[in-house]
Amino acid sequence: MVALATSSAGGKRPAPRARLLEDERWLAFALLVPTAILLGLFIAYPFVKGVILSLTSARVGVEGEFVGLKNFVKIWNDGIFHVTVWNTFWYTGVTTVFKLALGLWLALLLNRHFRGKAFIRAFILLPFIIPTVLSTFAWKWMFDPTFSVINWTLYQLGFITQRINWLGDPDLAMTSIIIINVWRGVPFFAISLLAGLQTISPELNEAAAIDGARPWQRFWHVTWPLLLPVTMVVVLFSVIQTFADFQLVYVMTGGGPANATHLFATYAYQLGIGTGLLAEGAAISLAMFPFLFLIVVVQLLYIRRVEVR
Amino acid sequence: MAQVTIRQLNKVYEGAVHAVKDVNLEIPDREFVVLVGPSGCGKTTTLRMVAGLESITSGDILIGDTVVNDLAPMDRDIAMVFQNYALYPHKSVYDNMAFGLKMRKFDKAEIDKRVQHAADILGIQQLLSRRPRQLSGGQRQRVALGRAIVRNPQVFLFDEPLSNLDAKLRVHMRVELRKLHERLGTTAIYVTHDQVEAMTLGDRVVVMKDGLVQQVGDPMTLYNTPANLFVAGFIGSPAMNFANVTVVGGEGGLWVETKGLKLRLPGALASRAAPLTGKSAVFGIRPEDLRVANSADPAEYSMDCEVEVVERLGSETLLDTRVGSETIVAAVEPMVAVRAREKVRLAVTPDRMHLFDAETEKAV
Amino acid sequence: MVEGGLWRRWVFFYIPLTLFVFVLLFPFYWMIITTFRPDGELYKPWNAVAYQPFWTNNPTFEHILYLFEETMFSKWMFNTLLIAAVSTVISLICGVFAGYALARLNFPWAGGLGTTIFVTYLVPQTLLFIPLADIIRNFGLGDTPWALILTYPTFLIPFCTWLMMGYFKSIPKELEECARIDGASRFQAMYHIILPVAVPGIMSAGIFAFTLSWNEFIYALVFLSSPEQKTVPVGVTSELIRGDVFFWGPLMAGALLGSIPVAIVYSFFVEHYVAGLTGSVKG
Repeated sequence: MVALATSSAGGKRPAPRARLLEDERWLAFALLVPTAILLGLFIAYPFVKGVILSLTSARVGVEGEFVGLKNFVKIWNDGIFHVTVWNTFWYTGVTTVFKLALGLWLALLLNRHFRGKAFIRAFILLPFIIPTVLSTFAWKWMFDPTFSVINWTLYQLGFITQRINWLGDPDLAMTSIIIINVWRGVPFFAISLLAGLQTISPELNEAAAIDGARPWQRFWHVTWPLLLPVTMVVVLFSVIQTFADFQLVYVMTGGGPANATHLFATYAYQLGIGTGLLAEGAAISLAMFPFLFLIVVVQLLYIRRVEVR
Repeated sequence: MAQVTIRQLNKVYEGAVHAVKDVNLEIPDREFVVLVGPSGCGKTTTLRMVAGLESITSGDILIGDTVVNDLAPMDRDIAMVFQNYALYPHKSVYDNMAFGLKMRKFDKAEIDKRVQHAADILGIQQLLSRRPRQLSGGQRQRVALGRAIVRNPQVFLFDEPLSNLDAKLRVHMRVELRKLHERLGTTAIYVTHDQVEAMTLGDRVVVMKDGLVQQVGDPMTLYNTPANLFVAGFIGSPAMNFANVTVVGGEGGLWVETKGLKLRLPGALASRAAPLTGKSAVFGIRPEDLRVANSADPAEYSMDCEVEVVERLGSETLLDTRVGSETIVAAVEPMVAVRAREKVRLAVTPDRMHLFDAETEKAV
Repeated sequence: MVEGGLWRRWVFFYIPLTLFVFVLLFPFYWMIITTFRPDGELYKPWNAVAYQPFWTNNPTFEHILYLFEETMFSKWMFNTLLIAAVSTVISLICGVFAGYALARLNFPWAGGLGTTIFVTYLVPQTLLFIPLADIIRNFGLGDTPWALILTYPTFLIPFCTWLMMGYFKSIPKELEECARIDGASRFQAMYHIILPVAVPGIMSAGIFAFTLSWNEFIYALVFLSSPEQKTVPVGVTSELIRGDVFFWGPLMAGALLGSIPVAIVYSFFVEHYVAGLTGSVKG
């Protein structure tokens, strides 16, 4: 109050010109509006709608009525859904372990100086760049029951005499899908981990070497702990993507043979879009949510912890 | 050009940190004022509030006779030089300098005239087409200055502009800055943590600590009559010596006393110190006000010390000595024949003695 | 380099690296060779005698011609290009604005909004495609390019925002403060100073977003139905398979040609792409 009094007495106060966007809050609001509209309309709204849909008996062309948790009870007792849940976790777990191990190995190989490094690095990312559906078709052709080039090679090398029906047998089909997912994911792991490796000062490894650490010990005691934060984030990202995967299975097996390779997404698609049971499809999609939510929370907590540190 | 008035200025961050407390300051037109203090003292926050980059929690800032509290930085007619220069990396030196004028819709010919003129003053004509990353630290500094000059603003603001330069260049640019101010005469507010910069550049120096103004005055006033313990210790290099003493009555007036040290307070100081008799106080003496005693020096203005380290700087020699439990540094003549672990008797210049209230830390 | 003798270098470096490169690239080789192999050679069983799968002496363009003459492949390419380009531009504009606001401006709930956008970044498309299909139909966007142009930004914007936030944070605040003192408004400072400086970041976000939208499959599969509206991945999947019969020649030709635009964009901007990729997980 005192300050106000002195200022009105001591100096003229110009009328603030109309500069709404000079106010941080208004500018922030203006800059965020387009994003908020798009995300609200096509993420928040569908999410709410999905929850509502899963509580009705809607089908294509039929509004349906409120049925409570009936759809969830139904999928809970659905044998195919059980297989789907098992498949999804198995698929996510196995591929992540392999992607991490192979990706780390490749990153360590690439973290050396050799001629043509930039070239090789550019080329090995191709599996990650090329549209998944298109490269998966190449694999499907390679795994073709009759014309498989893999079978041909194994036969020529004398490993097999009978053909391997890669996509006809449930276990083999799952294995094939896992192989392709690992193939597509390794470059992502390798390049991300390579970026992490490059932030580790070489002096640390040199100091450890002078202290008498063997290469394996240097990796285990110096490189790995420093790489862990990047690794965590990459793994969590990959887990989410893999857990919610669709394209690969859709192209390779469509969930077959005999619904043996369904993931959440493909089964939701088959019921929701294929058969038109919208409500049940939405319910299956939403069944992914608790696990995804858990991963996201872990990731948020982890990022915050790293930031605090 | 204009005077700057700061009245009862306060800044509270997020309702918690009180960064600037009740700062009052009148800066007349054409004056060069330096805000100095340790990091976190509120000097930069004050400057940024003048610039309009921080909102004001309470109080007023006037440029000329206009209250600028609610004006956007673009409307305040000021120019600022940043610590990291903040040169626009994607623009040439010329465009860096012209940007402010373009934003204000000056016509091309006028812009060119002003840029050339500023480049002329700073001696950077040959750099105009280069990009900032092709420049050395000193050149970047000049471009940042040039960008401020072309605008011909009411006030220059400097936020530690020399601290990214190496020591030699810093001394050189300090002189250049002073010359520039003599030539242009624009009101300037300069923030630094370096008291040497503050002393050499400022017409007046504002010493701040913990958001509070400690003392405002011209450099020699701050040096000769520091208002409190903090200013006394902050201004001057090497720093003033302090000893915790007790003020006691004795023959010929008041004395300060601690283990290994007993000095008589000279007349004027003694009369001011009378209320402190029997209480503890802080005695201060600058290293340059000490010298090696000879036989003519009276005992009441000298003390016996044990030399711990001898630092020979060439122009002077610093003796790190111990008196009782206190450390005393003396700046003595360069050729002094004293070695470490020897005893030496130091004489005090009586009218250069300082005394501070131990409780309030204010000068007596 | 690897310590020790030549054999160690082979065992621990050259051989594993070669194997990696071989396995990672072989499917593309297989794609190419199939594209140019005549049908007569293509459908030989795996244990046929005198079968040379890795090479052909009779290269042919019949599959590629089939693609262009018998299917709407060129239309699919055009659709994909259009959708990817427009949704990338929309996402870049939104992402740059939002990223700037979150990285630079103080406003209530800034932290919460940042977290929300990060969370949407992690929402997979497969979680929402069924209700979204319903919404698209209700909006009358079904079977039009707009269905994808408007929905692709839902996974591109969070990514772009996230990436740009990180990039903006790396630009010294003083640059725009100086611009604002120089007479620019907040918006002008962003437009004239920060955006030009952020061009490398914008490029990375753009390239990455473009490849992501080219890659997208499930929305395109669900939202589009008529052959002339489809994108390459969906067109190849649905139009080159008749029941159980796979037209492997044209399929591989379609896969090859459909990959080329992304591969070209990628090859020109490898560094930006890698920066986007690593930035996407770093934040």
